[in-house]
Amino acid sequence: MEGSNNDVLTGEQKIRNFSINFGPQHPAAHGVLRMVLELDGEIVERADPHIGLLHRGTEKLMESRTYLQNLPYLDRLDYVAPMNQEHAWCLAIEKLTGVEVPRRASLIRVLYSEIGRILNHIMNTCSQAMDVGALTPNLWGFEEREKLMVFYERACGARLHANYFRPGGVHQDLPEDLLADIDAWAEEFPGILDDIEELLTENRIFKQRNVDIAVVSQQDVTDWGMSGVMARGSGLAWDLRRAQPYECYDEFDFKIPVGKNGDCYDRYLCRMEEMRESTKIIRQAIQKLDECKGEDVLARGKLTPPKRADMKTSMEALIHHFKLYTEGFHVPAGEVYAAVEAPKGEFGVFIVADGTNKPYKAKLRAPGYSHLQAVNHIATGHQLADVAAIIGTIDIVFGEIDR
Amino acid sequence: MRDALNDLVSVLEAKQADALVSAEINPRDELEVYVTPAHIVDFVDFLKTHPSCQFTTLIDITAVDYPDREKRFDVVYHFLSMTQNQRIRVKLSVAEDELVDSIVSVHPSANWPEREVFDMYGILFANHPDLRRLLTDYGFKGHPLRKDFPTTGYVELRYDETEKRVVYEPVKLTQEYRQFDFMSPWEGAEYILPGDEKKEA
Repeated sequence: MEGSNNDVLTGEQKIRNFSINFGPQHPAAHGVLRMVLELDGEIVERADPHIGLLHRGTEKLMESRTYLQNLPYLDRLDYVAPMNQEHAWCLAIEKLTGVEVPRRASLIRVLYSEIGRILNHIMNTCSQAMDVGALTPNLWGFEEREKLMVFYERACGARLHANYFRPGGVHQDLPEDLLADIDAWAEEFPGILDDIEELLTENRIFKQRNVDIAVVSQQDVTDWGMSGVMARGSGLAWDLRRAQPYECYDEFDFKIPVGKNGDCYDRYLCRMEEMRESTKIIRQAIQKLDECKGEDVLARGKLTPPKRADMKTSMEALIHHFKLYTEGFHVPAGEVYAAVEAPKGEFGVFIVADGTNKPYKAKLRAPGYSHLQAVNHIATGHQLADVAAIIGTIDIVFGEIDR
Repeated sequence: MRDALNDLVSVLEAKQADALVSAEINPRDELEVYVTPAHIVDFVDFLKTHPSCQFTTLIDITAVDYPDREKRFDVVYHFLSMTQNQRIRVKLSVAEDELVDSIVSVHPSANWPEREVFDMYGILFANHPDLRRLLTDYGFKGHPLRKDFPTTGYVELRYDETEKRVVYEPVKLTQEYRQFDFMSPWEGAEYILPGDEKKEA
């Protein structure tokens, strides 16, 4: 210190901005996110996400594989709700080839898309709770996720990477008791949601950490290309299932929950409410599926394999089966963009087909990508501790962002 | 749906004649528009602000590589209008050495998609605030989604026990990269079967 009247700052008072690395190994980073944060004290001044640590070159790989071989790559994008991604891929191919999906397959797709939505929202809301300090909801939620994964397994043999939706339908019909079991689960599930809500919704700490954090205005939604819950939490009633109905969503009765303030808490409420709506859709789908028991689940034709029984007697069926699984099917030249309302927002597939058995170009539009891009805009001015809540609320999974 | 798109095309033809190269509604009811690269920013701004368009949401930007064309790349933009409930696909062609004007000033969300297109295809965007690589490794060379970039890449990396760090080495494949081609010889495949080369002589 110099003279006592001097205003020279002490060493402690000389404050400079501090840059820290958030991730890539951080439990709240939800995967491999490296974010360079510039801090003024505890206030975030700039957030620069570095992505690509999980980049696998999916789009490049897709160019050298047939349409059917590419299907499993879609599972590995958003691995929290795999079938929803497959859905977009199948829709794109069906649009290009003009194939009509049988009713039973269409209902099964809706059923499993909604199961996927619940899988995702459980994961998100419960780990959001963990990010802000509550462990129990995560444990309770994962028990339900486990049950849903068993339903996945019983339909397609895999807990996660399903490869179940196929261009022209779904791979196989569901086993006998499965629908009854899903129905029994769907009856109980709202009760479990009540339990989780009891822990969180009016919880003082949970509210302190979420209310008025990461407020997203409607202008932000359009400016940053947000979709899904990020848009609905801010009061925009935009849901592709309703706005641009695909599959047979137009015959289902469900509501679209909309938030008011666009903060983390509203988005949490939206997700909880969406799970209840999805449960309703699931029960309706089961009812409709009971009405069309025993119908075929694949549009038999060039895109799909022949029936096993036919292959035993028909030479043509055997040849077709062999050609389908080696050469694959040809898709007429053209371009198409197909989008579904994935749990995280609009998931789209853009295919440029050149008439061969492989896509000339495939582009996957992941909802989390635009949401993560907006993180600099959202996080600026928040406390460092809020960054975990913000990353939780924008619902990112690196499988789809890095591709 | 189709009528609404036809209306939209006539609006674009009337108001944006300079920018428009062609407009087409494909059999899947998607509107595809080619524009001149010089007008892209104005055109996108028009799409965003004009009351009968209101394409306020940028869905995605990507590119397609056609190595045989004189203008090698097609840059593809997808827009969504939540108010009109419509989508539009805007495309422009650029050569390898040409710049495309960035649309970040109109859509802030174009930032990452443009960075990704630069990363993957090497297309440069003029007036982009921060044109760094996005998805590939720090210090990566080349543009992976170009058709002349091999799927296996050029370098591989491993942890070196003696140097105590990750080292990059040229890719060594123990067997040739297997590109299975099952295209039926009756349906459009252009094989030269053994012995066929004598046909010409």
